[in-house]
Amino acid sequence: MGEMKVVFRRTAVSVALGLSVLAASAPVSAQTIHAMMHSGLRVLDPILTTAHITRDHGFMIFDTLLGMDEAFKPQPQMADWKVSDDGMTYTFTLRDGLKWHDGQLVTAEDCIASLNRWGKRDSGGQMMMTHVKSLVATDAKTITMTLATPFGYVLELLAKPSSVPAFMMPKRLADTAPDQPIKEQIGSGPFRFVANEFDPGNKVVYEKFADYIPRKEKASWTAGGKVVKVDRVEWINMPDAQTALNALNSGDLDFMEQVPQDLMPLVESNEDIATADLNPLGNQTMGRMNFLYPPFDNVKIRQAALVAINQADILAARVGDPRFYRECGSFYGCRSPLGSDAGTEGFKATGDLEKAKALLKEAGYDNTPVVILQPTDVASVSTQPVVAAEALRKAGFNVQLQPMDWQTVVTRRASQQPSAQGGWNMFFTNWIIPEVWNPIVNPMLNGHGKEGGFFGWQSDPKMDEMRGQFAAANNDEDRKRIASEIQAHALKEVSYVPLGEYQMVSAWNKQLDGVISSPVPVFWNIAKQ
Amino acid sequence: MLSYFVRRVLAAIPVMFVVALFVFLLLRLSPGDPAAIIAGDMATPDQLARIRTALGLDRPIYEQFFVWLSQLLRGDFGTSLISQTNVLTMVNQRLEPTISLAIVAIIFTVLIAVPLGVIAAWRHGSFLDNFVMSSSVVGFSVPVFVIGYVLIQIFAIELRWLPVQGFRSLFDGVGPFAQRIVLPALTLSSIYIALIARMTRASMLEVLDEDYIRTARAKGLAERLVLFRHALRNAAVPIITVIGTGFALMVSGVVVTESVFNIPGLGRLIVDAVLARDYPVIQGLILLTAGFYVLINLLIDLSYALTDPRIRY
Repeated sequence: MGEMKVVFRRTAVSVALGLSVLAASAPVSAQTIHAMMHSGLRVLDPILTTAHITRDHGFMIFDTLLGMDEAFKPQPQMADWKVSDDGMTYTFTLRDGLKWHDGQLVTAEDCIASLNRWGKRDSGGQMMMTHVKSLVATDAKTITMTLATPFGYVLELLAKPSSVPAFMMPKRLADTAPDQPIKEQIGSGPFRFVANEFDPGNKVVYEKFADYIPRKEKASWTAGGKVVKVDRVEWINMPDAQTALNALNSGDLDFMEQVPQDLMPLVESNEDIATADLNPLGNQTMGRMNFLYPPFDNVKIRQAALVAINQADILAARVGDPRFYRECGSFYGCRSPLGSDAGTEGFKATGDLEKAKALLKEAGYDNTPVVILQPTDVASVSTQPVVAAEALRKAGFNVQLQPMDWQTVVTRRASQQPSAQGGWNMFFTNWIIPEVWNPIVNPMLNGHGKEGGFFGWQSDPKMDEMRGQFAAANNDEDRKRIASEIQAHALKEVSYVPLGEYQMVSAWNKQLDGVISSPVPVFWNIAKQ
Repeated sequence: MLSYFVRRVLAAIPVMFVVALFVFLLLRLSPGDPAAIIAGDMATPDQLARIRTALGLDRPIYEQFFVWLSQLLRGDFGTSLISQTNVLTMVNQRLEPTISLAIVAIIFTVLIAVPLGVIAAWRHGSFLDNFVMSSSVVGFSVPVFVIGYVLIQIFAIELRWLPVQGFRSLFDGVGPFAQRIVLPALTLSSIYIALIARMTRASMLEVLDEDYIRTARAKGLAERLVLFRHALRNAAVPIITVIGTGFALMVSGVVVTESVFNIPGLGRLIVDAVLARDYPVIQGLILLTAGFYVLINLLIDLSYALTDPRIRY
């Protein structure tokens, strides 16, 4: 046994020495930001998909004609513009020195092809294009857009920081059919995509684009100078949040876009880590009903459901820590320019069960089942259906909560069949505020019904008429008034149920300097010590 | 032996075809739509339908199957519906981390479990035996992710000897590779150490009472030689079987370890593909895994001949 003890002791010493040597040989990387985003990047074409991670990828390598600043104002980015006195002609002039990542010069023809492809995919772009009479290249650097009918939202749409932004691409890519993915990742943005290091869902690498000439203005959201101060940015996807936090605390990771609220104490206790809410507008959580079938084809029953659900309960279950959520009855987000209380009186999700019961009685609710789709694999949308179902049951609804994975939810919600034949009555999801902050981009404020409406297929010609008025308005005062009227109308119709807002906090190593606030996470302006 | 090898390889072809057909049908009959993943949350039903058409997902199932089968016969595993990347390229990107992890884990397993099993059998009924056996119960019972987090807490966060996560290729140097593979390999091997230690002990106990062991001891051989040259070799066939299938199980079941240590391996690839309903990637990976199982089983059978001279093919 004495011999065995010696062997054990030798083994233990060898292991300890071996581990120490390994630790001493740890590599050091400089001028590379290692970031973990909210999701792994898989789809690369930012015009094909509305996925946020692909939009974020787009802002790394593509550029936009206009950017939007923190005052919600469109600003020149690739181009300056002029608008004719009658508001019917927009002239965009590309700035000097713009190059694609393959070295070719950016031309007006490239941008027109890009606008045409974007205008076929983006819902706001589609609406804008119905007002456009012509879009032509006057010369190599000038784009002239002439409207057939008034449309006052051109600049805001070209500058929008939400999904499917109007990214510019070389003509050979922009000529790709809008339902097919582009074959190369060639943009004119401040970073270059490193194709041979792309590992879908796991890792994506960007290098500083040496030929990019930033604007002189200070960076503000997606406007101003996109000055790149590091050589590389690597987005690394980690499936486990705890592992990511360990990596952040140990210095393996420099930036984490979204820290789960329940794990915040782990980063807040580390003085080397900075935390901030980089997107102060936040996110909206909401529930959408199916307008095609009973019981939610009846407006009184939709209203009963709206008042039965309690935002405070939904938010407490979804977020937990009250520092990171707030109640809000507005469709547009309470911190956005159009956010208001218009029409929320009596039409806010406050858990008023007595009123809900009275509305159900008035509507003659016959116990028709309400099928709610409940995703179980995505934490950000898994609690809302459970809390809402409980409230609806208390109000007198016959609720069937059907658990499934998120993939099945997005497939099932596309079904226009009755719930007994694979359809549904209600689902829940979340939006970043710029995706809902006005009646043009908000997909639920669309009354097109079964033909072109958002899932749930609300048919509401009056809403579409009001959206048209909003689009034609050319001053902020009129826009705000019409947006408030739309909100009041849509709340009465219960186009959907706003369930409050929450914040996602980012965390980064204090070695990073210059992280800027923006609804889109951006990596320009950041230096690494 | 060569004709045996060829016969086994040929016998694998119908197995692979059945696997291919089964996987294809199972995926197409389960709910889910890759077009919805591609298009994102805000896509309208019209846009989804157009993407489905562009991907060929609106064609009849038999037509999709024969398109895929003809691709396979040309050695083409297809392209990811989501990322538009070639499936074999994706597998190549993820193969090294998983295989490295499985090989190092199996080395740890063999180095730790076999001696423990032999010692436990040798000292049957002693404190040492009881300790090894009760430890193996712990190895079986504690979830892999708990072991992973405990190891990270001790060696990466408290002692700071090793990184908390990540993978580096062996081609980047032995040091960076080793420092990132040690903890996940130990984590992954924990359950197999428990399994193989018990297996080795049981097999050893069967042979330790045999006459030839008594003869070996009687002629004065050192106990070490009796145990490892005579007893272990005769007990090896079931142990090799478990090690071989354990290795195949490691390759196909590493997803938890890969997630805890952020290793970009095949386990995560297949889970991602399933969640996104990325049919060509799932089909390709399952087919390759099935082929791998066939190969490992063949190698296990061939290895019997090396340890037991009575077995000949």
